[in-house]
Amino acid sequence: MSAEAAALDQWYVIGSLRDFPQGASTRRLLGTDLVVTRNGESFAASAGRPLPVRTEYGHVWTSLGAPARPVFELPEILETDRRSIYCGAVTVRASGLRLVENFLDLAHFPYVHTEILGTESKPEVAKYEVEQRRDVDELWATKCEFFQPKAAAASDEGQISQYMYRVVSPFNVMLYKTPPTAPNRWDVIALFIQPVEPDLSIAHPFMLVIDDTSTDAELIGFQQMIFLQDKIVLENQRPRLLPLQPGRETPTRADLSSVLYRRWLKEKALTYGTEERTDRVA
Amino acid sequence: MSLDLHDYVLSAQCYTVRLMLALLAVPYKTIAVDVYPGGAEAPVLTDGEIELREPGLILMFLAREYDRAGTWLPATGIEAVSRWLAFAATELVPLGEARLVATLGRPGDLAGLNRAGRAALRKIEDHLTLQALAGGDWLAGESPTIADIAVFPAAALSHDSGIGHEDFPAINLWQRRVRRLPGFVGMPGIPDYF
Repeated sequence: MSAEAAALDQWYVIGSLRDFPQGASTRRLLGTDLVVTRNGESFAASAGRPLPVRTEYGHVWTSLGAPARPVFELPEILETDRRSIYCGAVTVRASGLRLVENFLDLAHFPYVHTEILGTESKPEVAKYEVEQRRDVDELWATKCEFFQPKAAAASDEGQISQYMYRVVSPFNVMLYKTPPTAPNRWDVIALFIQPVEPDLSIAHPFMLVIDDTSTDAELIGFQQMIFLQDKIVLENQRPRLLPLQPGRETPTRADLSSVLYRRWLKEKALTYGTEERTDRVA
Repeated sequence: MSLDLHDYVLSAQCYTVRLMLALLAVPYKTIAVDVYPGGAEAPVLTDGEIELREPGLILMFLAREYDRAGTWLPATGIEAVSRWLAFAATELVPLGEARLVATLGRPGDLAGLNRAGRAALRKIEDHLTLQALAGGDWLAGESPTIADIAVFPAAALSHDSGIGHEDFPAINLWQRRVRRLPGFVGMPGIPDYF
């Protein structure tokens, strides 16, 4: 499957700044081999032709097409009391779109992240709100609440966590979550996805957190543990590619954000990482 | 005495130590270290002045110092147990490396490592099959030993590098027995439920 315009015209993370040695190194994006050249703190990328490059939020971004917008805003990066934690890249044999949906999903917490992000005795997903913000072309899910035995690395006891989700592009998503130590602010946990092939992705989890007590190693370990628990589920989901055809997967009320996400992908005519539809004549 | 474990949650070797401590019901404290991307070393177990680094060595130490019943490292059959500890530290290593290449993007020849990993799994499978024919359930001796705990994590995590257990029915049955041991704990990739 070769990538279509909707997928090409996006910004993608291809690694954190510190992942790149001086000189040339290789990456793969949307089935295309890239050469990334680092010269001091400046970066260039090419795929037989020069590609645009941005360095934002500690990561290198590029595009194989012509993005209509700059890399999305993440104003929390400017708050000096936040710690920015790069959690390492993890390869997942699944569609990047499946990763986004899993990231948006609250209902799996008690079963996949048992006694950490959820507990089997309190599995209910309370009603939450979703909206498509057309001015910035982003999806938001707000007023999400979930009981969590161990919401973050610094948690000593259970709490009802408040969540907001924000999808800024088909392969980039973040959540805002009340930290145990600063209940009036939001931790930011982002998942930047580098789609390598339709069913193979590299996930770059990144955090901007308010936490005076945990060490970097504890924060990274916590996030990686959560992510690897998801990985098992993601790699066993079938179909591997995200189905957009009605009736292939049946959503429930708790899947409202996924319903909106799939509708948004259809609106964009994004097909990279989706299952081929058989209900429409080409 | 208090036990401190320098621990990285995704490391199979660290899990070996955590699992043994859990099965022995020995309390300990973990100090999270950043192995990836940070490059720190783990596991390191300290017990007062004693500092131990190699998983097999740590298993021997824990069995000798903390297993009052003396079943995890039985006085008879120590050569069989030792052989499996050596196996875990040599022939089983490519399987662990394949997992790091597949999941954490460490450089390496995944296909070659997986080939060596399959060969190691085949040896475990054949041995467990012979044990079963003789009425045995475990790698060495008649009850679970540190040999089982040394080999279990890499074998159970093989699907992380793309090797399922479909071709290894004896390993599959054995790992179910390990999971049923009182005090068993899992890790990401080895869920507690099964």
